[in-house]
Amino acid sequence: MNAPSPNPTGCRDAPLLKERGQREVFCGLTAIVWLHRKMPDAFFLVVGSRTCAHLLQSAAGVMIFAQPRFGTAILEETDLAGMADAQVELDREVERLLSRRPDIRRLFLVGSCPSEVIKLDLEKAAERLSGKHGPHVNVVNFSGSGIETTFTEGEDACLAAMVPDLPGTEARQLVVAGALPDVVEDQMLGLLEGLGIGPVAVLPTASADNPVAVGPNTVFALTQPFLGDTHAALIRRGARHISAPFPFGEEGTTAWLRAIAHEFDVSEERFREVTDAPRDRARRAIAQAGAPLNGKSAFFFPDSQLEIPLARFLTRECGMTALEVGQPYVHRDVVGPDMDLLPAGPVLSEGQDVDKQLDRARAARADLTVCGLGLANPLEAEGLTTKWAIELVFSPIHFYEQAGDLAGLFARPIRRRALLKVAVE
Amino acid sequence: MKLSVWTYEGPPHVGAMRVATAMKGLHYVLHAPQGDTYADLLFTMIERRDRRPPVTYTTFQARDLGADTANLFKTACREAYERFKPEAIIVGASCTAELIQDDPGGMAETMGLGVPVIPLELPSYQRKENFGADETFFQIVRHLAKPVERTARVTCNLIGPTALGFRHRDDITELTGLLMEMGIEVNVCAPYGATPSDIARLGAAHFNICMYPETGEAACRWMERELGQPFTKVVPIGVGATRDFLREVSEITGMVAKIDETRLRLPWYSASVDSTYLTGKRVFLFGDGTHVATAARIARDEMGFEVVGLGCYNREQARMIRKLAKEYGVEALVTDDYLDVEAEIERLAPEMILGTQMERHIGKRLGIPCAVISAPVHVQDFPARYSPQMGIEGANVIFDTWVHPLVMGLEEHLLHMFREDFEFHDEAGASHHGAKAVSPAGAGDPSGALPPDPQDISGPMNAEVIWLADAERELKRVPFFVRGKARRNTEAFASERGLAEISVDTLYEAKAHFAR
Repeated sequence: MNAPSPNPTGCRDAPLLKERGQREVFCGLTAIVWLHRKMPDAFFLVVGSRTCAHLLQSAAGVMIFAQPRFGTAILEETDLAGMADAQVELDREVERLLSRRPDIRRLFLVGSCPSEVIKLDLEKAAERLSGKHGPHVNVVNFSGSGIETTFTEGEDACLAAMVPDLPGTEARQLVVAGALPDVVEDQMLGLLEGLGIGPVAVLPTASADNPVAVGPNTVFALTQPFLGDTHAALIRRGARHISAPFPFGEEGTTAWLRAIAHEFDVSEERFREVTDAPRDRARRAIAQAGAPLNGKSAFFFPDSQLEIPLARFLTRECGMTALEVGQPYVHRDVVGPDMDLLPAGPVLSEGQDVDKQLDRARAARADLTVCGLGLANPLEAEGLTTKWAIELVFSPIHFYEQAGDLAGLFARPIRRRALLKVAVE
Repeated sequence: MKLSVWTYEGPPHVGAMRVATAMKGLHYVLHAPQGDTYADLLFTMIERRDRRPPVTYTTFQARDLGADTANLFKTACREAYERFKPEAIIVGASCTAELIQDDPGGMAETMGLGVPVIPLELPSYQRKENFGADETFFQIVRHLAKPVERTARVTCNLIGPTALGFRHRDDITELTGLLMEMGIEVNVCAPYGATPSDIARLGAAHFNICMYPETGEAACRWMERELGQPFTKVVPIGVGATRDFLREVSEITGMVAKIDETRLRLPWYSASVDSTYLTGKRVFLFGDGTHVATAARIARDEMGFEVVGLGCYNREQARMIRKLAKEYGVEALVTDDYLDVEAEIERLAPEMILGTQMERHIGKRLGIPCAVISAPVHVQDFPARYSPQMGIEGANVIFDTWVHPLVMGLEEHLLHMFREDFEFHDEAGASHHGAKAVSPAGAGDPSGALPPDPQDISGPMNAEVIWLADAERELKRVPFFVRGKARRNTEAFASERGLAEISVDTLYEAKAHFAR
């Protein structure tokens, strides 16, 4: 059916089951929940409907911030009547927000389904508002709408929107793109420093005051598999991508670091010096935390775009078998190296028709079904063991020191089911 | 355009989902973009439902917009019908689909599905979740309920409980038992647990009980008019309201109001001496109109609190709440802006808040105890145990729930006696509470962020008045849970008299002045 794969065990050229139908995924607005924590001087202003506000609140689940750094400018009947109105109204809301919150240095105008459908020009609004409130406040727009983005693509859209405005540089440097928890980012920077690689800049930066520069001598690596547009935007600025598997687990982290080390001519000796100890630690942690996963099967519903790299980790480092690996979409330039490593066999699906996929999941009865929050409890009630996928996006799971935790996140539902002695009737 | 940070209510199609999810044999085909499927998790996670809401979303994308979203809807509708074989279908649009004007209702009606198709018009840019639930249930009733022969015995329908409602599950059980004692059977409870064929036989009941006006009143009014069924106006939350409710039922049915109060403990618990400390506790109430109105009566008449402010977020109940506020001698706060509510609470500095999940966060930040009386609620407000708000057991549950966040009477007394002992230092807090600043968001808090420390609202209110060192020291000896009030009262007392400084004498002058 398909041409023989260059790596006979890999999945790079495996046929995709492409589906269209009901998609049970978040929209890109959800990314604001973690992006705003990564950029403490930024405010994310969604221009949308009550549904958008309700989504953010439900997805965030945390209503504990006195002054949260995101909000929704809710379109009302009057805004829908005429375009001019909506722009004026937006100016007024931004004015009020910025006068109340002088700490805001970056303002993201985030497009939503309704604002896209009524073709509210947020790019024009961002330019106008930047002119008015700059240079203290930089106003940028991107779309997190559900008609264009799924879940993690919101981060991609946000980072990609920042790239054209980044200052230029001729310097030879490494840019790492992807929002990581601070503790993980620091570990990563420590490893790169140990390898003697520098200068290193991370996109997004915590502060507007020292933006990442980019230019023809920039090479970049991605830490998240959903950054397809950011990848393209950086290439447009002349930067070159270092293609590698994603840094999940011991093997993924080593492969990711090795690709960068190779680019920067780091000696094998030095590489081993820096990585041997954490690699060993990671292996031991995975062996311990991931023990319940050995010999078990997994079924992935499409959710965060992390599915292919995580399936690679679970199959190659935790002894699992993948039955189906669903992704909202497959970007081969980005996840190709992971697909090379993922053992052939699983159904690779792209897009979704949720009811048909549920039928497949019920037939497969995997030992662990990885899915979104809307599906997890219903599947548990049917006797399947599930891992809710959103936690994989919110938890520190990258690089060596988190490899054991990552295995543990998948192992816990299986351990839990084994512990509980009172069955659900 | 209005900037909103947190919202009390979702969009109206979420209200429709609350009705559809509560029912059986009904399916909702919703024209909506893919992100709108987030709403499923409200039901599967917050309410821990063990099945997916019966909703099919068309999940159109940008590329469909230029093409044929109408056909997408028809396909989704047909496939949903074939897969789920519902007895009836409701169809509608979310906010985005409303803009593209595909008319899902019209399309579905022409498809010849062989089951009733009920179109919903829910204006997303004007109305909100409660309206959506009320209107949806009304439309279902209007389409399916027919005049039928009354049951031989006196029966009623329970109207209004939905999925994601605050304690609806247990209120149904409590009310069913209460009515049973009077010899009245429940004909149909709807939407919760009802099928479309149950809706068709609503007319067999002799009268309706409007459990929650927010989600059931439109249907009750229609049934009163079209099916000749009177409906109850008293919501039986609290002891007084429960007694009034049974009297009302008795007036409607001519049956004797019987109530077995052997299980009722609230009146005695309130009268017993340990509760003396509850006297005049200043409380602020906020939530949906119905729960606030019932809670205000309990607070004042059954707990002996002082209601210092009240309000609601659903403007459908604004008139009722304003009238009620007047009776309580306070100003009503009718808003859906969380920041306004926070500002009002800060200004009033109550000793306790009776509110929603949102006020719980306000309370945490301001260091004010809070008990939840109304939706929106969180996963912890769907307890495993039987925990109604209505009827006899509801009153007992309310007593416990409201008292729990406070320092208990005997404990308050002991703190007073031993306040200078190191075990009773201010930071020790109440013995029945866990560690401070524990996130109540729990399972729903994926970021794992801890809330900021509560703000010290006992800080000086008026910077003009200076506390002398000895007065400040004396103030510190006042137990922490009344210190804020002592500071506020003293400062108010001082500024009324134009004093620039507060001495120990001023402190005690003020104490005498405000003594009650």
